Amino acid sequence: MANEINLDQVLQTFIVEARELLEDMEAALLRVADEADPRESINAIFRAAHTIKGSSGLFGLDAIVAFTHVAESVLDRVRDGAVTLDESLVALMLASGDYIGRMVDTVERAQVQGDPHADPEGVALLARLQAYLGARDPFAADAPASPVQAPGGPARWHLSLRFGPDVLRNGMDPLSFIRYLATLGEIEHVVTLPDAVPALEALDPEGCCLGFEIAFVTAVDKATIENVFEFVIDDCSLRIVPPGSQVARYIDLIQSLPEGPSRLGEILVRCGSVTEHELEAALRLQAESAPERRIGAILAEQGTVAPQVVEAALVRQRQPKEARGTESQSVRVDADKLDRLINLVGELIIATAGAGLVAKRTRNLELMERNSTLADLVEQVRDSALQLRMVKIGATFNRFKRVVHDVARELGKDIELAVSGEDTELDKTVVEKIGDPLMHLVRNAIDHGIDSPERRAARGKPATGTVSLNAFHDSGSIVIQVGDDGGGLDRDRILAKGLERGLVEPGRAMSDAEVYALIFEPGFSTAEQITNLSGRGVGMDVVRRNIEALRGNVAIASEPGRGTTVTVRLPLTLAIINGFQVGVGKSVFVVPMDMVDECIEFSGETRQDYTDLRGQVLPFIRLRDLFDVPGRPAARQNIVVVKHAGQKFGLVVDALMGEAQTVIKPLSRMFAQVRGISGSSILGSGDVALILDVPLLLQGAQEARGSAVLEAGAVPAAQ
Amino acid sequence: MTSSTFRIDGELTIYRAAELAAALKAALAAVADGGALQVDLSEVTEVDCAGVQLLLAARRSAVESGRSLCLASRSAAVDEVFSLLQLSGHFGDAVAAAH
Repeated sequence: MANEINLDQVLQTFIVEARELLEDMEAALLRVADEADPRESINAIFRAAHTIKGSSGLFGLDAIVAFTHVAESVLDRVRDGAVTLDESLVALMLASGDYIGRMVDTVERAQVQGDPHADPEGVALLARLQAYLGARDPFAADAPASPVQAPGGPARWHLSLRFGPDVLRNGMDPLSFIRYLATLGEIEHVVTLPDAVPALEALDPEGCCLGFEIAFVTAVDKATIENVFEFVIDDCSLRIVPPGSQVARYIDLIQSLPEGPSRLGEILVRCGSVTEHELEAALRLQAESAPERRIGAILAEQGTVAPQVVEAALVRQRQPKEARGTESQSVRVDADKLDRLINLVGELIIATAGAGLVAKRTRNLELMERNSTLADLVEQVRDSALQLRMVKIGATFNRFKRVVHDVARELGKDIELAVSGEDTELDKTVVEKIGDPLMHLVRNAIDHGIDSPERRAARGKPATGTVSLNAFHDSGSIVIQVGDDGGGLDRDRILAKGLERGLVEPGRAMSDAEVYALIFEPGFSTAEQITNLSGRGVGMDVVRRNIEALRGNVAIASEPGRGTTVTVRLPLTLAIINGFQVGVGKSVFVVPMDMVDECIEFSGETRQDYTDLRGQVLPFIRLRDLFDVPGRPAARQNIVVVKHAGQKFGLVVDALMGEAQTVIKPLSRMFAQVRGISGSSILGSGDVALILDVPLLLQGAQEARGSAVLEAGAVPAAQ
Repeated sequence: MTSSTFRIDGELTIYRAAELAAALKAALAAVADGGALQVDLSEVTEVDCAGVQLLLAARRSAVESGRSLCLASRSAAVDEVFSLLQLSGHFGDAVAAAH
């Protein structure tokens, strides 16, 4: 074979595509209920199922074809308006989609395909799908007044097929379509037409010139028959004469085909589609009638049948092309390759910093200039490399639509998911790791946050609860909020539970935020009932741990009776940051640049842990004291004002060393217990700098602030 | 009247259509006028439409040149396709037409 292809690779593409299609199908299924005009979504669902079936067929994945075919038939009924896509059908379709997904997984693991008819789950789904197909009259659309067949029973169709010359070259074998057709009913008669096949001398052995006349007995509808040939529809002419048609339809058919009328008439008789007598009578009648009327009849035939076929073919052609058009704008890259690139960029940054340092030492102006140009470029390379890993969070959010749909149904609550900020981008590695914690938060919001419909009604809220997902960028972090409009957290009960568990000292005054934060403590759950979703007391502490492992943090805000919002704050990337280097004694620390607000001079005289920043109280931390750096403070110290989560505090340092790109190296496990440090970095000089964990320091500063506010509160009173 | 046999082994599909067409042409040319070519399909493992078409074309060539072509024996794979497409008549006719 001249054009041998790597089947594994193609199969891989099939798997990736099938998953994407299933995702599309799921998204469309979830939005269809909310749409005023759901036709577009229904078409999208149908197309997805159809394409999966088609491409599975190309790979001989018969189990997937068999199952998807049934689902597709149901969807086709939906498209025709014969079946309404109600809530239970949406749920069934979602389950079917999952099942197809699992079959695709099996293909990926290169396991033997299970027959859905042999698998209990497949059987159950098929039975439920069949229920939608059973209760119908399959010929309602085509031959409503047909006297020939019993409604709903199998009936006799006549198919006229002429394949185009390129069918074989395009890798299609008309035989396989006929074989497939045979699975939908009984092929009563096939007449293979050799008329167009020339003698060997004139034959193009790879071109197709065969035609078939088929008498087909089936219970499926016309669209299903047409769909059998969908993959060759551009390359073949297909004429379908529905059951019970008048002989005139056959006459029209005869006229529209290239073979002579007598030859075709004979074929039709051989197929048993018309009797010889009927044909004779009809042909005679036509010959007698005026020629204009015959032309009129042909035109009518062309005017009614042809445009539909042409349009259908065009629409089918257009859709995949449009989809491909947008697809080709992106390139799939192995994540490993990208990680390697980013590691190299990291090394490049360190190397550039080293070179820059040497250049400075040599005091060679030209070298320094060249070096600074180089550093600029490296910075741009870094940004673009990191940008490659940035993905929109929308895809992650959309996955939760399904979760909300399923869980709400399970709990008998009516809940919709409001998503905003889907275009917010963040590092792919962060996206991958944030899925599970977010899932937990969403489930928690559904389960504990939103009350039962009765309770909501009693509180005068709309019956439909809302869970919201929101994302936005804020000073170098991405903020993801999971909110609900439920009953809010019960402060007293949490506090009581905290006391009971010994998490809170009795009699201690706590802010709301502190109380709410208790739910992130291990083994804390206030749910009265334990559901199978959440409430077992595991989870929220795991959520917090997972988020903190990503150098993020989580906060919770709640308003009794109005709802709860959990705010997750994560760094945009885990690899490289713009850092601000500060010196304390001989040590160098790095503050993430995005968090640095400003730098001010510090007199160093005061012993208090706060200062006055343009009339505002600014609590600060002396890094020298915090990390026990030896040596005396410099005569002129500085305060770096950092901002995080809307709050400001200061860091007292000896020297400001300026901005530098910082490649984050994780701390070894030995230092995991060190508080206030989130990582390390190698400086151009080869020294190690520690990266400050600003959110954690903020917590310390807030405690200082508490006392600062008390003292500062007295100041205006004294004025 | 002479008769010779042409045997096709393996695939009778699009992949070998061009090669087999040339071979069949040569085999037919070697048959004397009024002679018959027996095509032995007992060793055919796979047939597709290109294969079917090739046989139909060969039959037409034979008939047009006053020779005949018949299928000597058929493998299971050929039988399956012939019964699906209800082709048996074509080649039976061919024998009849030639005589």
